[in-house]
Amino acid sequence: MGINKKTQSCLTGLALMGWSAMVRAAWEFNFQIPATKSAQTVIDLHNMMMIIIMIIFIGVFAVVSYSVFKHRKSKGHQAAQFHDNTLVEIAWTVVPLIILAAMAWPATVALLNMRDTAQADITIKATGHQWKWGYDYLKGEGEGIRFMSLKATPAEQIRGSAAKEEHYLLEVDKHVVVPVGKKIRMLTTSTDVIHSWWVPALAVKQDAIPGYVRDAWFKAEKEGIFRGQCAELCGKDHAFMPIVVEVVSAEKYSQWVGNQKKQMAAAADEGGKSYSLDELKSRGEEVYAANCAACHQANGKGLPPAFPALDGSKIATGPKEAHIALVLHGKPNTAMAAFGGQLGDGDIAAVITYERNAWGNKTGDVVQPADIKAARK
Amino acid sequence: MEATHVHGAGHAHGGDHAHHPKGIMRWITTTNHKDIGTMYLWFSFTMFLVGGVMALILRAELFQPGLQFVEPEFFNQMITLHGLIMVFGAIMPAFVGFANWMIPLMIGAPDMAFARMNNWSFWLLPPAGILLTASMFVPGGAAGTGWTLYPPLSIQMGIGMDMAIFAIHILGMSSIMGSINIVTTILNLRAPGMTLMRMPMFCWTWLITGYLLIAVMPVLAGAVTMLLTDRHFGTSFFNAAGGGDPVLFQHIFWFFGHPEVYIIALPAFGVVSHVIPAFARKPLFGYTSMVYAIAAIALISFIVWAHHMYVVGMPVAGQLYFMYATILIAVPTGVKVFNWVATMWRGSLTFETPMLFALGFLFLFTIGGFTGLVLSNTAVDVQLQDTYYVVAHFHYVMVAGALFSAFAAVYYWLPKWTGHMYDETLGKWHFWLSFIFFNIAFFPQHFLGLAGMPRRIPDYALQFTDFNQVSTIGAFGFGLSQLLFLYIVLKTIRSGEKAAAKPWEGATGLEWTVPSPAPYHTFEEPPVLTEAKGHA
Amino acid sequence: MNQQASRYFVPDPSHYPLVGSVALFLLASGAALWMNKYAPGPYVVLAGFAVLLFMLFAWFGRVIGESESGKYNKQVDFSFRWAMSWFIFSEVMFFAAFFGALFYVRVLAVPDLASAEQQLLWPDFSTSWPSAGPKFAEQFTPMHAVGIPLINTLLLLSSGATLTWAHWGLLAGKRDQLKLGLILTIALGLLFISLQAYEYVHAYEELNLKLTTGVYGSTFFMLTGFHGLHVTIGATMLLVIFFRVMAGHFKPDHHFAFEAVAWYWHFVDVVWLCLFVVVYWL
Ligand code: HEA
Ligand code: HEA
Ligand code: HEC
Ligand code: CUA
Ligand SMILES: [Cu+2]
Repeated sequence: MGINKKTQSCLTGLALMGWSAMVRAAWEFNFQIPATKSAQTVIDLHNMMMIIIMIIFIGVFAVVSYSVFKHRKSKGHQAAQFHDNTLVEIAWTVVPLIILAAMAWPATVALLNMRDTAQADITIKATGHQWKWGYDYLKGEGEGIRFMSLKATPAEQIRGSAAKEEHYLLEVDKHVVVPVGKKIRMLTTSTDVIHSWWVPALAVKQDAIPGYVRDAWFKAEKEGIFRGQCAELCGKDHAFMPIVVEVVSAEKYSQWVGNQKKQMAAAADEGGKSYSLDELKSRGEEVYAANCAACHQANGKGLPPAFPALDGSKIATGPKEAHIALVLHGKPNTAMAAFGGQLGDGDIAAVITYERNAWGNKTGDVVQPADIKAARK
Repeated sequence: MEATHVHGAGHAHGGDHAHHPKGIMRWITTTNHKDIGTMYLWFSFTMFLVGGVMALILRAELFQPGLQFVEPEFFNQMITLHGLIMVFGAIMPAFVGFANWMIPLMIGAPDMAFARMNNWSFWLLPPAGILLTASMFVPGGAAGTGWTLYPPLSIQMGIGMDMAIFAIHILGMSSIMGSINIVTTILNLRAPGMTLMRMPMFCWTWLITGYLLIAVMPVLAGAVTMLLTDRHFGTSFFNAAGGGDPVLFQHIFWFFGHPEVYIIALPAFGVVSHVIPAFARKPLFGYTSMVYAIAAIALISFIVWAHHMYVVGMPVAGQLYFMYATILIAVPTGVKVFNWVATMWRGSLTFETPMLFALGFLFLFTIGGFTGLVLSNTAVDVQLQDTYYVVAHFHYVMVAGALFSAFAAVYYWLPKWTGHMYDETLGKWHFWLSFIFFNIAFFPQHFLGLAGMPRRIPDYALQFTDFNQVSTIGAFGFGLSQLLFLYIVLKTIRSGEKAAAKPWEGATGLEWTVPSPAPYHTFEEPPVLTEAKGHA
Repeated sequence: MNQQASRYFVPDPSHYPLVGSVALFLLASGAALWMNKYAPGPYVVLAGFAVLLFMLFAWFGRVIGESESGKYNKQVDFSFRWAMSWFIFSEVMFFAAFFGALFYVRVLAVPDLASAEQQLLWPDFSTSWPSAGPKFAEQFTPMHAVGIPLINTLLLLSSGATLTWAHWGLLAGKRDQLKLGLILTIALGLLFISLQAYEYVHAYEELNLKLTTGVYGSTFFMLTGFHGLHVTIGATMLLVIFFRVMAGHFKPDHHFAFEAVAWYWHFVDVVWLCLFVVVYWL
């Protein structure tokens, strides 16, 4: 009986989606503001589909509503007994076919463009790890830069003991910086499970498949910071794997590249240095908090049986070599990843030293970057 | 449904074999399609409550940003179990239950073709259900992979994953046996004179659903078997280092998974094709084209699977092909929608609860179908894949589609099962509460998806807060409304006014020629069909 | 079952289904325990297996009894035919999943891994099929088509012929031909299984070809293994049929069990032919 009213209110809801791009409040209900042509294309395609769909929807349910109101028994309507009409049936098979073909055409054009990754200016590889992204600048200006990008939202905000900031869950310690107006080719891959590199404003979503490299591209039309997150269930902290892309001018980009190169050079010759136990421990604690605590927990108790405790663990209190080997190479088919490719010698040395001397572990061992370098061979 | 038993046993009939065991043994050993149908339906409803409570846990956690009630790993387990239990434990058994109860009645057969195996098909469900739910309590917990069980994440899981895999094997056996039974019954036990093209539409949908099930459940079994050997026996099907590919699993899974969604949808279409003509007092429009549409949907459903995988990095030619094929499904589905509308047109409509649910189905399923169409557009799906837009889409087609249709079926056939009329006022309340809360729960999820909220996350960025709160409120309202349904059904079994053999003025078909409640044994002698009596 | 038996057959209540479910529950939970190295695992599996065997014996015994006492009329026979055909169809689809996997890794995954695009991850990998993937360092020898596989093909093909010959015997009332045909078929089947087992040993010990040998080993052993399992099941069923023949069961116009097993056997045959072509030969 109230079907019709419901129809209308829901239709209004649907209609809102069509022209909503301008109304922006907390009640976000449409695509994010596009920063690439592809993202704009997707919005246009979606709007086109919404219009066609809504016309059909209103048409169909206008008929239904008419029927519901006029052809009811309570109004004394007698049932007709027709039950076939070949002409009508052919019509409502063929007409939708034509409409659908009309929708498929622009989609094809858009897709062919979105998948054309040729002639990129800069190639960046995004590697998914449980639960962070690593980036390698492979080609173009900035070649050779590589870093990990870790979630920056502190646990207190997540657990509710601190107020949540504006970019709650969408903040990382190191942004992926790219120049505006340049075609960036993103390669994606993973070292453990499937992740998906997604930044809505750029309209790039590409699964990161372990053992395979896949690609996508974007060309940001304007400067700004664009946020996204991992879009494929990848385990416990899937919700906590943000992606932040910072689009800057060409000059700023060159500057950034220069800075990065300097930092990397400093980190590179750590292999020869040697540090004191305390130096390593305090540095190791940071590395641990950023890389290991997600699973093994800050207190080293882990989350058994999924994630073993390191406090008192045989490996963390036994021979150094086994500990180093495990952290370097991980353990296949478990969530314990090979950190050899993710962290430098200094960081690994620090975190192992820390683990061997934190909580109840009192081995007194010091692991130096040189040990790691040797173990890598 | 105790009443069936009492009346059935009291009914005079010729056979000397009605000395079936009493009490619990009756249900354990039964070969009676009505008993088995009843068990399927109760099992299904129980699982619906279990899966529903899990959904409420998800929704409660999502009421606000931040982690409040559950840990992320538990949240993931709830996602997995909610999906698996709802699909395999609630919706599919519900429609198998309807099939068991109604198909023999509709085609004038005394029972299913393999009555004993039928019982096994049912009794395989509880072990599978136990394995799934018990996996929550083992070390490491249930599989936290989502119902799609993608490796390598599923390789990392503990024993809970193996329990899920074996549960799926058992569910698959159950489905295959059940389908063979239904298909054989329909093909071989129709009363003389009931040709295939005079068969009620529900039977047609099940004939084709059965075919789909027999075709794809073994494929799922194969997929999870490979998962099992990858987990424990060192094979490399889904491991690139050994030359395999994680995406291979997705191909095999969705080769099953897409037909699966029509396995859920087709019987629902069947129910609606009975309810709408009955309350429009007018024959189903376009019977023949309905049959062709079902067949077309079934066939196309085999060749569209990779629309769930638009962003895995398929070659663009593959993406285009799967987009075109997927879009094509809208045509036969449209034929069905148009036929239902034409059936109502110039009928003599009344709006009892089954009709309300059928209309709710029509309205909301169409929305879900349209959002499916939006998703099928590869370029758009790049933005929507793995977001709440997808969640909204499939709850529109599965909850407002399949589940509403199941409610319609229960109200429509309850008089036949129990011999009592349900409480019409309460039934209408159930419908309106469900309809309204459903939309409050799931409509906002479209917005969330468009705005960029990924699915399968226990915590989200601040801009998604408002619609999540609305959605959670709707979900709890929807869940509570279902308790009303339970109350209505129990009340109908216990009391309620006596139902005539044909309580619905416009209903047609053999099932309405037997008394209400349907006696324990029906059609021991095949009925004689006059004219198009079997027609829905 | 009285007058309506002429048209319909509805079996009496039975508790075998529940027994079967208990068996599967034990098997499933036992296997899950076993695979995760919990001590009770193997025993639970064993118990499940025992219950399952009991159930199969009892249930099939009941069916055979019903059949021999003439309760199954033409219509029931027809139902059985439909059911067996659909069951075989489901088996076809089960194998299709594994053939599909083989096709996928051969045509898509391995060439992709060896392609220029994936050099970033697997710089030294350029192999084509047969391949065990970029990280598989050991040497292994792929299986050759000539030799045991070819012999096995001939064995299975002739077993199909002997089975048909036995069927002719049954149709013509020549019980001796029926028995001899069955014995030959079973013998050929057993020979096939033995050679297959020998081949596995050979693969493991001499070719260094194992289940763990990358996708090549995975697809090889899973496909041939599931096929071998089906041959074993088929041979067991043939054996049951043989015993029933010895007990005087089956008439020229009433022997669906025989035909069902024959269909199954031919299906297993066809699967082998496909295997022979795509796993061993190409
Ligand atoms: C009952 C279950 C059901 C049904 C019937 C459908 C129906 C459809 N689905 Fe849906 N779908 C699911 C259940 C279902 N789906 C599930 C469970 C998932 C997610 C799984 C997961 O990832 O967990 C999913 C996901 C899903 C995706 C993947 C999204 C993603 O992950 O990125 C896609 C993409 O193409 C899709 C498309 C479609 C289409 C095109 C239809 C079509 O069949 C719809 C056709 C109907 C209509 C179009 C409406 C009526 C037609 C007319 C009135 C005619 C006129 C119309 C026109 C001319 C336009 N579905
Ligand atoms: C047909 C199948 C079906 C059905 C009926 C439902 C029903 C519901 N679903 Fe579900 N859903 C799926 C199939 C289904 N779902 C699938 C396949 C997925 C994907 C899983 C994956 O990602 O892998 C999914 C995922 C999914 C998500 C996304 C999770 C995520 O990605 O993070 C959400 C979130 O809102 C959700 C919510 C709901 C709700 C609120 C209902 C409601 O309709 C439920 C209503 C019922 C009840 C609530 C029970 C009533 C009982 C009571 C009220 C008893 C009260 C008792 C106590 C409180 C003690 N579902
Ligand atoms: C994604 C989750 C995860 C992260 C992050 C992680 N680990 Fe682990 N770790 C595991 C798992 C799972 C195991 C157990 C592997 C097994 O089954 O033996 C493990 C085992 C270990 C062990 C052996 C413990 C024992 O007694 O068996 C050590 C040492 C260890 N990890 C160190 C680290 C260090 C150092 C880091 C960070 C640089 C780290 N882990 C980060 C998941 C993780
Ligand atoms: Cu990484 Cu989700
Ligand atoms: Cu699909």
